Amino acid sequence: MATLTLVQAVRDALMTAMTQDHRVLILGEDVGLNGGVFRATEGLQKEFGDDRVMDTPLAESGIIGLAIGLSLNGMKPVPEIQFMDFIYPAFDQIVSEVAKIRYRSGGGFKCPMVIRTPYGGGIRGGHYHSQSAEAYFAHTPGIKIVIPSNPYDAKGLLLASIQDDDPVLFMEPKKIYRSVKGEVPEEAYTVPLGEAAIIKPGSDVTLIAWGAMVPVCMKAAELCAPRGADCEVIDLRTLVPLDEESILGSVKKTGRVVIVHEAPRTCGFGAEIAALIAEEAILYLEAPIIRVTGLDTPFPYTLEHVYMPDPERVALAVGKVMNF
Amino acid sequence: MKKSTASKKGKSWSLRPDCLRVLSDDGKKALKEQKWDKSLLLSMYRNMVLTRLYDERAIMLQRQGRIGFSVPSTGQEAIQTGTASALKADDWFFPSYREPGVFLYRGASLFKMFCNLYGNAEDICQGRQMPVHYSFADLKLFSVSSPISTQVIQSVGTALASKLRKEDAVSISYFGDGGTSENDFHTGLTFAGAMQTPSIFICTNNQYAISVPVSKQTGAKRMVDKAIGYGMPGIAVDGNDVLAVYQATRQAADLARKGGGPTFIECLTFRMGPHSSSDDPTRYRDPDLYEVWKKRDPIDRLRNFLVAKNDWNEKLEKALLDEIKAELAAAVEKAEAVVAPPISSLFENVYAEIPKTLKKQQDALIKEEKLRGDFENTSEAFPL
Repeated sequence: MATLTLVQAVRDALMTAMTQDHRVLILGEDVGLNGGVFRATEGLQKEFGDDRVMDTPLAESGIIGLAIGLSLNGMKPVPEIQFMDFIYPAFDQIVSEVAKIRYRSGGGFKCPMVIRTPYGGGIRGGHYHSQSAEAYFAHTPGIKIVIPSNPYDAKGLLLASIQDDDPVLFMEPKKIYRSVKGEVPEEAYTVPLGEAAIIKPGSDVTLIAWGAMVPVCMKAAELCAPRGADCEVIDLRTLVPLDEESILGSVKKTGRVVIVHEAPRTCGFGAEIAALIAEEAILYLEAPIIRVTGLDTPFPYTLEHVYMPDPERVALAVGKVMNF
Repeated sequence: MKKSTASKKGKSWSLRPDCLRVLSDDGKKALKEQKWDKSLLLSMYRNMVLTRLYDERAIMLQRQGRIGFSVPSTGQEAIQTGTASALKADDWFFPSYREPGVFLYRGASLFKMFCNLYGNAEDICQGRQMPVHYSFADLKLFSVSSPISTQVIQSVGTALASKLRKEDAVSISYFGDGGTSENDFHTGLTFAGAMQTPSIFICTNNQYAISVPVSKQTGAKRMVDKAIGYGMPGIAVDGNDVLAVYQATRQAADLARKGGGPTFIECLTFRMGPHSSSDDPTRYRDPDLYEVWKKRDPIDRLRNFLVAKNDWNEKLEKALLDEIKAELAAAVEKAEAVVAPPISSLFENVYAEIPKTLKKQQDALIKEEKLRGDFENTSEAFPL
């Protein structure tokens, strides 16, 4: 088994999928000869040719619209949006089209595709290379949202997404593209969509996170142990459809919850999780649900390390729910 | 007085001399000697008449309060019929919401189309969209969307897949003059030009985007001039001349099938009716222009051509009208008897399988229905 970084695992999954299924196509800006600005598609054009790894004109709406047609006509497109901050020109194609085509055609048409996009802060990217835009899309029925936090899941979830019959928004935590390494099997395997992972069991507090906030929560759990709080950490892995059982099961056990995400707080996905817990497990709670999130400001450049949740901020929140 | 009103309402376009024409203005003769297959001409004529009567029937149903909404294509029948008749069964179609004639020519069931207008349980779309948003997957007629021009770039995707598999099929998309201002008109033609896809772009320039005249839509003197910027040939066509539309579409399709890439076709026409059943065009339309284009009615022109060739007469006309009216009446009667889609249909086709989270909402709604019985419908009339 090879030790890969997260971005290498993404590339490995793409290589595997393209070898398995000749209908799988990659398209996007700089994904061909240049191998993607993060090198997620490095060498794939050389391996599979420019009919299967296509550099497109610079237009995100065009990339997604083109992928819709490719999918309607029997291909399995994996379009890349270079940074999630640039996905907004394609918002209409994703929200009005990709997500609704199966529904509005009574199942006559469908357009499964996997929209890969690096998201999140912590790479000195300022407003336009740092955002976490999952909530906009989670509010749209018809697409699934998948976010890995480690190399093993990245490969298995990406392969499962490509095999899935529904469109998937696959968000890649670019801050940990290279800093997180792990063993990844060479063969094809899938990690099922819609299943969260309890990556650290604990009895006092449930920490809920996804993507790059998962390692932050793991470090926070380490900080909290000597301070007397035994944290359970849930990596959601899929936001839509949400694994409600895993969340509720953990909350019923611990009675305390801290939800962590990078995106701004108001209407962030954490609010949905908090509402779910309030609706279905309120009598199990020992303390209010706390969210540790980005601020309700645009994403900053110089002070991004202050803006983003870090282990200490999560640990402080754990302290609050422990001492309520 | 009349003139100043017209100028306030914006300048519209009469037919330009650069537009490709086959028929004379009255249709009584062809401008160029050319052999036309009689059965093709008759099937074109039938489809144009069917489209006109279908639209009239739909408006009537709306006025009677039997359906909620409709979008007539009156005056534009030649574009729909000329393009659809020039292409093959394997080709992909991406119509806008004003192309019932494309669906009809491809053989969509009248009953199913009326079921769509009623939004009932036999509607392919299960009443999930407004009327006229048809979808016929088996006929490669893509599901109609309300947002403008989104289908233009999508049709480039199906064309690219055909090209990659070295298949013969072309993809055709339809949009209006207003549609050329939208983002995905630009991405569609940009990608098609760059990737040399087997694509045909039909701009139905009916001179109005709801109330906004084409002169306020663009600084371009002609829509067809846009083609050059995308690196593809452009053809300007008299959109009320079904034979000219057919010829231009064939030319574009032949080029595309030979690997020659995309073509942009501007079909200049005039929207004789309202934008939709909710719209009153007398608020904004130049009445003089209406009269000018009325004299160039596409159905009258083809009928005159057929009569001049001795292929048509009053007896055949009456028989055709009777036959179509009977077909329409039968389809309406059958569609009107169909019940509304069941509540469970709300949850199907969102995903390939209903996820547990959505199943929970489905169970809750079924429980609610049992508890309260009927759901009162207090919807207001649609304004657009």
